[in-house]
Amino acid sequence: MIESLLILVPMLAAAAAAVWPDNRTRQWFLPAAGLAHAVLAVGLLVHPPAAPMHAWIGFDPLARAMLPAVSLLFLGCAAYGVPYLRLRAERSNRMFVAGFLAALGLMSAAHMARHLGVLWIATEALTLASVPLLHFNNTPRAFEATWKYLLVGGTGIALSLLGSFCLGYASLHGGGAGDLTFAALMGQGGGLSRPWVLIAWVLLLVGYGTKMGLAPMHTWKPDAYGEAPGIVGAMLAGGVTTVAFTAVLRVRAVVDAAGAGVVANRTLLAIGLFSTLVAALFLLSTRDFKRMLAYSSVEHMGILSLGTALGGAGMWAAFFHVWNNSMTKGALFLSAGNIRRAAGARTIDDVGGMSVITPRSAALFVAGLFAVTACPPFGPFFSELLIVKTAFGTGHGGAAGLFLVCLLLAFFGLTRVVFAIVHGRPRHAARAGGRRFKETVDVLVPPLAMLIFALWLGVATPDVLREAWSAAVRQLCATP
Amino acid sequence: MTGHLNVLIGLAMGLNLVALGSSRLPSLIRLAAMQGVVLGIMPLVMGHAPGAMVMLVAVATVAIKGFVIPWLLRRAMRAANIDRDLFPLIGFLQSLLLGAAGMIGAVVLARWLPLLPEHHESLLVAGALASVFTGLLLLIGRSKAISQVCGYLILENGIYLFGLLLIRSTPLLVEGGILLDLTVAVFVTGIIVDRIQRAFDSLDTRKLTVLRE
Repeated sequence: MIESLLILVPMLAAAAAAVWPDNRTRQWFLPAAGLAHAVLAVGLLVHPPAAPMHAWIGFDPLARAMLPAVSLLFLGCAAYGVPYLRLRAERSNRMFVAGFLAALGLMSAAHMARHLGVLWIATEALTLASVPLLHFNNTPRAFEATWKYLLVGGTGIALSLLGSFCLGYASLHGGGAGDLTFAALMGQGGGLSRPWVLIAWVLLLVGYGTKMGLAPMHTWKPDAYGEAPGIVGAMLAGGVTTVAFTAVLRVRAVVDAAGAGVVANRTLLAIGLFSTLVAALFLLSTRDFKRMLAYSSVEHMGILSLGTALGGAGMWAAFFHVWNNSMTKGALFLSAGNIRRAAGARTIDDVGGMSVITPRSAALFVAGLFAVTACPPFGPFFSELLIVKTAFGTGHGGAAGLFLVCLLLAFFGLTRVVFAIVHGRPRHAARAGGRRFKETVDVLVPPLAMLIFALWLGVATPDVLREAWSAAVRQLCATP
Repeated sequence: MTGHLNVLIGLAMGLNLVALGSSRLPSLIRLAAMQGVVLGIMPLVMGHAPGAMVMLVAVATVAIKGFVIPWLLRRAMRAANIDRDLFPLIGFLQSLLLGAAGMIGAVVLARWLPLLPEHHESLLVAGALASVFTGLLLLIGRSKAISQVCGYLILENGIYLFGLLLIRSTPLLVEGGILLDLTVAVFVTGIIVDRIQRAFDSLDTRKLTVLRE
């Protein structure tokens, strides 16, 4: 029953924050709840419960392989959120803090959902809870980004409901009693009506793929990540996308059990490669370093999709990559937030010489760049290497080749932007902004901690994580 | 009983076409509301004695889709002082032709899909697919925020129609669909909040004409 606290603690904290009267102390709810959640999640990772607590919701191996990564990312963001919200003391943070905490509770619920309907409701509620977060800056641009997020994300979430209905009908048509837990659907296996399973797969992949930000359903991402505060961007890129990836994995397991695993893998391979390619091409042309991070996120979602398409070993590498992605994205978004605040602008036309103005944040940003572009010895190098190796091993040489080309292009695109803003002559506006913005310890430690964690994941992957990922693969693949 | 249900579904499909052809915002809102009411009645004519749960879904649907959301939309329209004419990105005639083609496609696709014996005579699947298609068409083909919300409503109505296939076996999932309406409510609140803020930020005096003698 202890796993229900993963949902209850953040939800209660959100409710308390919503009624807390003092605007200057409210942000402390973030690290308090984040710490409690992280302790619980890591505790459950090391000592998993013998059985999930309920047929509909519970800490099963898949949740165990994913949720602690999100929890640690949240802790980092929450720690950064305290100084961030202190800087924004002029604005009421009631909706922001409550929404941020509620999003954590809903992310836990969605990861732990073992029922098609519960999963959908949690994801839908998560979409709505993120709206006040995206809108926090209150500019017309932020409004436009929120609108796009709602419109594209809302359509995606609607299509995934339609897909859930189709999967339910596949079960009914195959003689099922309407039990929509993933275990029951997988148990029905070949009994599911095949045409309906295929329709459901397409709709659910489009729906949850929109939330994940796979191309071509990624259009909301650059706007949302560009306009949202850094901690929100980090949470979207490392947490919300993970929720959607978990959903895709759970649905894929049902489709696989129904005997259409080959079709599912082929679509995941195609959409994964397409996402990396689109992201790489946009990375070559973008001039805005926050939008750049969004395209990088599209690229990494493509990598996850590609890894999953390769079967057991690839899926294991994808779990590894989920952890790496969460940590590196956290470090990048938070250091980018520092730079953005000091420079007062976001494009390489207006920002330069940040190694002079904010030397420590710039150093973190560059280190994060090397981590995210899979330079050794950071974690992403090892997970991506494993995916490439698996691709060659399973006879997907062409896909691996295209994948490597995309990674190279993305590397060019990312380094181009990052070095343009780090080097060069500082602009006048940035000089003034840099004097106002102090690089205090509390805005540097969270991204640094996440980078160190990404490094540690790479050089000494903990055995407990390896074991957790293997267990999750066993849960999802009937024949690894 | 399938007869009654099919009449209602046919009505909803007809409303889709009228919505595609309508050129004024208030009439689009009214059409979406009417479709919502028609959808809300459906669970009651689906045979057997409707249980308490089904009654609740029906009442909630009629109230939310038929009255609450249209009221919010009209309020937003007035608050934002939006021009009542719709500027189509896809012309009205083209929309109508596409919508009609989509409807035929939906009927053909529904025939091709394997259905349970009790659903063979019903138009539910065809109506659902046609409404989803119409909703997507409106989402893409109309530029105004509120008309896009109407498109989203019709898309959602299509999904609700499909959900009726499952209402007896998995009522939870179908009720969950009502959450989609919450999305719409957030959309509309967004419009209102944004417009009000802009009105005060820019201090556009032309908008401040209400308080006067």
